[in-house]
Amino acid sequence: MSAPKPAELPSKPIGTTGHEWDGIEELNTPLPRWWLWVFYATIVWAIGYWVVYPAWPLVTSYTSGVFDWHTRSSVASQIAELQQERAPMMAKLSAASLREIESTPELLDFARALGKRAFADNCAPCHGAGGGGAKGYPNLNDNDWLWGGSLAQIDETITHGARSGDDAGHQGAMPAFGRDGLLKPDEISTVADFVRSLSGLPTTPGADLKRGAKVFADNCAVCHGPEGKGNREVGAPNLTDKIWLYASDKKTIMEGIINGRGGVMPAWGGKLDDATIKALAVYVHTFGGGEQ
Amino acid sequence: MCPGCDIAIAMLETAQPAPHALSALAEEAARTSLMSGQEPEPENEPPLYAARRKVYPQHVAGTYRRVKWIVLCVTLGIYYLLPFVRWDRGPNAPSQAVLIDFPNRRFYFFFIEIWPQEFYYLTGLLILAAMALFLMNAIAGRLWCGYLCPQTVWTDLFQAIERWTEGDRREHLQRDRQPWTVDRLARSGTKHFLWLMIAWWTGGAWVLYFADAPTLVKDLATLQAPPVAYAFIGLLTFTTYALAGWMREQVCVYMCPWPRIQAALTDEYALNVTYRYDRGEPRASVKKAAALHAEGLPAGDCIDCQQCVHVCPTGVDIRGGSNVGCIQCGLCIDACDAVMKKIGRPARLIAYDTDVNVKRRQQGEKPIYRIVRARTMLYAAIIAVVGILMAYTLATRHNDAVSALHDRNPLFVRLSDGSLRNAYTLRILNKSLEPMTFVLSVDGLPNVDIDVIGSGNLLNGHPLITVGPDQSREVRVLVTAREGVPPGASIPIVFSIVPKTGGHTATVGDHFFGP
Repeated sequence: MSAPKPAELPSKPIGTTGHEWDGIEELNTPLPRWWLWVFYATIVWAIGYWVVYPAWPLVTSYTSGVFDWHTRSSVASQIAELQQERAPMMAKLSAASLREIESTPELLDFARALGKRAFADNCAPCHGAGGGGAKGYPNLNDNDWLWGGSLAQIDETITHGARSGDDAGHQGAMPAFGRDGLLKPDEISTVADFVRSLSGLPTTPGADLKRGAKVFADNCAVCHGPEGKGNREVGAPNLTDKIWLYASDKKTIMEGIINGRGGVMPAWGGKLDDATIKALAVYVHTFGGGEQ
Repeated sequence: MCPGCDIAIAMLETAQPAPHALSALAEEAARTSLMSGQEPEPENEPPLYAARRKVYPQHVAGTYRRVKWIVLCVTLGIYYLLPFVRWDRGPNAPSQAVLIDFPNRRFYFFFIEIWPQEFYYLTGLLILAAMALFLMNAIAGRLWCGYLCPQTVWTDLFQAIERWTEGDRREHLQRDRQPWTVDRLARSGTKHFLWLMIAWWTGGAWVLYFADAPTLVKDLATLQAPPVAYAFIGLLTFTTYALAGWMREQVCVYMCPWPRIQAALTDEYALNVTYRYDRGEPRASVKKAAALHAEGLPAGDCIDCQQCVHVCPTGVDIRGGSNVGCIQCGLCIDACDAVMKKIGRPARLIAYDTDVNVKRRQQGEKPIYRIVRARTMLYAAIIAVVGILMAYTLATRHNDAVSALHDRNPLFVRLSDGSLRNAYTLRILNKSLEPMTFVLSVDGLPNVDIDVIGSGNLLNGHPLITVGPDQSREVRVLVTAREGVPPGASIPIVFSIVPKTGGHTATVGDHFFGP
């Protein structure tokens, strides 16, 4: 007698698909009908989308939908929401002095966070993402400042710029001593050697540093000072330190003497609101090189 | 979700009956017709869609029913009441035992507080959950499906209400066939009202895990709660009502992936709710069995009373063997035991057993039970290792931590006096519930100055940084080397913070770069 086997499921009137693997057969069970209804429901749902949201392109416009929803107004409302959320802190920032901002942890954190974004949007193209600068564009992390590194001075430079066309901006430029025939080529070479000697850099062997000193005293000292320590009134760099806006090699120094220098910093007052400029001033000041 | 995977595990027949003369003729005819190039008759295609067969599970009493009631009370009790359990953490933290605080990015579980960066504990929990599920499956099949799954628990509760309002199986079946009367409407209305109330309470309990429960209950009642709370209550009311009231076994059969995974994970030694066909077959009524016995013919213990099918919450006939529809709740065991007791035959014709044992009994061998197998040991070992690892890391974690990010641009700064400076962003974590002041120091470089932007306070030349309770703070730190940085240098340095009042020192390594 054959061994008894379990009964067939009585609820299994459906055949198999004919697929069989190792004695395992695939049933051809029909889908539950509600599944089909769910599928139809998704179609109805899609039609709902066409009705309420922008959907179909027309010849010159599109169906705007009954919700009158736009990506643009959606972004605008999100920005407005953000501004509303920020408003109390922005008001505090506007009311506080720069020094108060820097000495209040809550305001400092907010100003630095705001400043970081504003810096990336507006300043980084020239000064670099972290304010590291580039040739001709000052490094804002060091402690050498052309126009002053106190909070108020940084704020002023950002607001009015340098050689920006703003009347209140910083003025003054390095003349083109060579191109305009103010100095002879050998004088330029000699004074370049002298300038290098100011910060202890090696000079060309046999260079007449005494003559260079005289040329410097006659032509350069009026802006750079008798000792070459610079003058922030006219943005004349300190030539005695280890920091060089362009480069410290003789060729680059001679280039500057021959053709002059005069980089431009735009005036941001009017383009950025006061609170953002304050935040930027604090952010730049806290890079590490800020002066008291 | 894939009915195509609905694979029937057909039992291999041990012996084929000898082909009848007629069927041999038919086979011969089919062969010749194929050879003569004639198309065979197309089979009747089964329908693509079929209406759901409504299940009317009958009331049953017994061991497994009792277990299910207890599990139901415990799990629902935990779910509904846990948000109201208080846990005093002091003034700077919520006093709710279990709270997911999304706005403040904190998760509280009794004495444990999890910050977002400790999210890996959730990974550990998920591993534990998966392994526990696999272990349950390796020991006794679908314990999860039958007793613990929310779908099962809520459906069980909803079905009890259905039996209470519309009557047990027979009564309910009859009532459904009759036209709508005031009585039937009242019963049906009561049922749906109760279902909706439970569903609503379920949604309500859900949102309480995300805010201070007593406050939220008050806000909900006075319509002051945030709209998202009402939206989630609405959503969960709908899903509970739809899934437990209407969808029921359809969720298990068509929507849930676990039955498929379970089928792939099981093995021949896992205990499953099994019909012992060695004992039950051939089926015969009590009278017929007596007649058969009198003639010396075999008759099994199954009297084909269909009680096991009638009590099944998913409408499965367990006598067909394991299948995806069976959630292995054991109610058929209770039903069959009651019948066996009544007719004076031994219980457990349906029992937690294995196909291996059924076959062994057929051959007169002793059943074997192998709880200790490679997979059960492996699952248990993984649970133990992950559990111990999590407990260890939770027990030994500290209230303070620090991480460092070196400035990328510029990597270093030359100051006017020629010294070198590197700048870092340090994030200091204070997980304690008190404000903490930390002393910051840096090791690895001689002759360095360390400055913290915004902190003028020093202790023996070391900057002090105060971090609020249960908060983290980001500070900009400047490290300036007066001398001794060779060109191209990349010097490993270590920042360490220690509470001013003493305690655990947290450190983080970074580098100091030279030109």
